[in-house]
Amino acid sequence: MKAAVIVFPGSNCDRDMAVAFEQAGFDVEMVWHKDTSLPTGIDMVGVPGGFSFGDYLRCGAIAANAPIVKDVKAFADMGGYVLGVCNGFQVLTETGLLPGALLRNAELKYICRTIGLKVEGESVFTDSYSKGEEIALPIAHHDGNYHADDTTLDMLEAEGRVAFRYTNNPNGSARDIAGILSGNRRVLGMMPHPERASEAAHGNEDGARLFANLTSQLVNA
Amino acid sequence: MKVRVHVMLKTGVLDPQGEAVRHALGALGFEGVSSVRQGKVIELELAEGTSDETIGEMCEKLLANTVIESYRIEHI
Repeated sequence: MKAAVIVFPGSNCDRDMAVAFEQAGFDVEMVWHKDTSLPTGIDMVGVPGGFSFGDYLRCGAIAANAPIVKDVKAFADMGGYVLGVCNGFQVLTETGLLPGALLRNAELKYICRTIGLKVEGESVFTDSYSKGEEIALPIAHHDGNYHADDTTLDMLEAEGRVAFRYTNNPNGSARDIAGILSGNRRVLGMMPHPERASEAAHGNEDGARLFANLTSQLVNA
Repeated sequence: MKVRVHVMLKTGVLDPQGEAVRHALGALGFEGVSSVRQGKVIELELAEGTSDETIGEMCEKLLANTVIESYRIEHI
């Protein structure tokens, strides 16, 4: 199993994400944003957190137009698995791979703390949790206020594409949404950081489970 | 040619920054400010004859996120 982690100027969770993938049994290749194609034989693409291109214009907007992203989109369109965390989630909404957008936090403050989440949608990313299970993951963002029109929100809920919901909404996100899935459930975007809670030394291993079953589930997929 | 693109959050999209500015104006003693909306102004220097269609494409593809923002093109 091979995972590619995309690196933009300003990415700062790329290595953490790579470690989390490695611990789950992936061989990881770091892929620079100027590359035009993903390495061959990739099973999973990770779009990491950080401040790609300094968050200029809008968070994720410039990264979404970086050369490599065209191939990430093609990979996803062919049914490839993509995980976008924090800034990676913002990039995925900017590309249109996931609906909606992330606005400035309702209270305007950058929030960095561990929050509660309820696991909902069914996917390879969430199946190692039980449905409705409450877990804790760290968030660290200024623009995590998920926004979409009511039609889109209704659709996401009707199709069970809300992967995670905040138990105590920290940022004003519509319907407490912390993470969503694509229509084929193979693209997950989420503001909380599972890679920052993936080994004992982190003081929390709730995030490790998101990665842990990926290799076996992708084999079966 | 010069063009100014105005990008604003769409009506109905919460603008917490505008809200904060409104509160700050109130705190300074300015009364009667019932709403503040904050946006962006982007000035572009373009080759003569660049069509509005091309500029519109720039807005759609990069300058504005039309999920949450609207834009207006002004020739200056």
